[in-house]
Amino acid sequence: MKKYNIWLSLDYILKAAVLLSFVFPFIWMISTSLQTFEETIKIPPTIFPSSPQWINFVDAMSSGPFVTYAKNSVIITSSIIIIQFLVMIPAAYAFAKYDFAGKKILFGMVLIAFMMPGQVTFIPIYLMMADWGLIKTLVPQILPFMSNAFGIFLLRQYFMQIPEEIIEAARLDNASEFKIVWKIMTPMAKPALATIALFSFVSHWNDYFWPLVMTDTNEVRPLTLGIAMLKQSEGISNWHIIMAGNVVLVVPILIVYLLCSKHIVKAFVYSGIK
Amino acid sequence: MKNNKVWEILRPYVMIGPAMIGIFLFVIYPMIYLLYLSFFKYNLLNSAMSKYIGFSNYIQIFSREDFYKSLLNTVIYTGGVVTLTMLISLLIAVWLSKRTRMNYIVQAGIFTPHIISIVSVSLVWLWMMEPNLGFLNYVLESLGLPPSQWLQSSKTALFSIIIVSVWHGIGYYVLILVAALQGISPNIYEAAALDNTSKFRVFHRITLPLISPQMFFILIIMTIGSFKVFDTVRIMTGGGPNNATNTLVYYIYGFRTTNIGYAAATGVVLMAIIGILTIIYFWLLSRKVHYQ
Repeated sequence: MKKYNIWLSLDYILKAAVLLSFVFPFIWMISTSLQTFEETIKIPPTIFPSSPQWINFVDAMSSGPFVTYAKNSVIITSSIIIIQFLVMIPAAYAFAKYDFAGKKILFGMVLIAFMMPGQVTFIPIYLMMADWGLIKTLVPQILPFMSNAFGIFLLRQYFMQIPEEIIEAARLDNASEFKIVWKIMTPMAKPALATIALFSFVSHWNDYFWPLVMTDTNEVRPLTLGIAMLKQSEGISNWHIIMAGNVVLVVPILIVYLLCSKHIVKAFVYSGIK
Repeated sequence: MKNNKVWEILRPYVMIGPAMIGIFLFVIYPMIYLLYLSFFKYNLLNSAMSKYIGFSNYIQIFSREDFYKSLLNTVIYTGGVVTLTMLISLLIAVWLSKRTRMNYIVQAGIFTPHIISIVSVSLVWLWMMEPNLGFLNYVLESLGLPPSQWLQSSKTALFSIIIVSVWHGIGYYVLILVAALQGISPNIYEAAALDNTSKFRVFHRITLPLISPQMFFILIIMTIGSFKVFDTVRIMTGGGPNNATNTLVYYIYGFRTTNIGYAAATGVVLMAIIGILTIIYFWLLSRKVHYQ
């Protein structure tokens, strides 16, 4: 019995240690963001700053056009999600419930789109956008993501599980196909849609590569680029300012995660087991 | 009435139309365009002045040492990230697979970095790995271990980036494996217990085969994902020191304005690698893996 207890507490301590190794970097980030420069270069390192330096946030945010960055991030992410939904729902329905010539080939193209990353296609897309004179707008950061292949794939699976009888019944009631898609299928697919929206939000809000290669001016850059540029504008040694900027980027997502971690975790698990 | 028939045939195409236009315009066409660009010496200022040069860009790629260096780095990085993630996530998943509150909290904690921008993750680790003031070396020194130069030495830089990537991504794979482990019917284990099978044998002969679809999913998703590593490299090391962390995508990125044709040809190489991995994925998916 006693031996069992020792193992159990050892188990707990080890688990706490693992947890700490994943949480500590965030604590360290928040702590640094509240320190003075002198505290950041002290050894041993400061964990609890003597008096929180809120001014660091002001300094970080005034080192660049952060209002513009934040606004761009919001516009880009929300436009992508709205456009993706409008494009994806009818497509997923057609792939799930209709038979038509060329369906296999067309769905194959969706799979190719699912596998091919932006790291392969960014050069041609940049040239296309430059040709169309759109580089100084937000379009290059929104339009290329109009078709969410992963979303079409997931939603199609979901629609296929919805019994044919429900659709037949609606047809007998003289409901148009349009109505069936938007008024019956879409509400039924809420869990899948929430998962897709969450994925889209996380990947585009956090995206770094795509805005980096698609933008030439600060007017169209999102928050991630602004924060990454603090490293240059503040100089590599001003860690308290860099971490303050970083906190601004991370904390909103952390709060959302703390509030609904259960749903988020479920959504991610759901995406992994198809 | 006749109109109705026509509409019924056309309807699916209208419904998938916008999605297919998006895919064609921003995936299929760019892939073809990339291939086309790779045969040119592209002139960015005046594209009409671009010159067709056949396979020259490809010949150049395969005779340049820095290309092989970046390819090798990418392969080492991928190997490191995939191996470490598979081993550690399997270990943690088995350890946390019982449905208890503590296990759930630890899982949620491990998963946290996954939803945070790689920009933030890279910046925090850059600061933690700072050789003189960073927290990691402080820990090493207080444990009596020698400090490391981490990202600033060409010997340790790539490994440091691997650590950060594993830390960032592992939570997702733990979640998937835990879900897979919890999905195994307890009857199977009970039967094994009746036969007095050893724990290791149960794991090796029962658990592992039953979660192999998920293991395989992780393997391929991670391999493809790792081949396009860029963000950590760009923010933490800039490909250095001395090209020690220059990866394939970072290499392409470096040429994207100075030599578009060459960058495109390297992009085609990346496209081929990802294409081959994808084909292997679907091929294996259709035969080898055990499904319940």
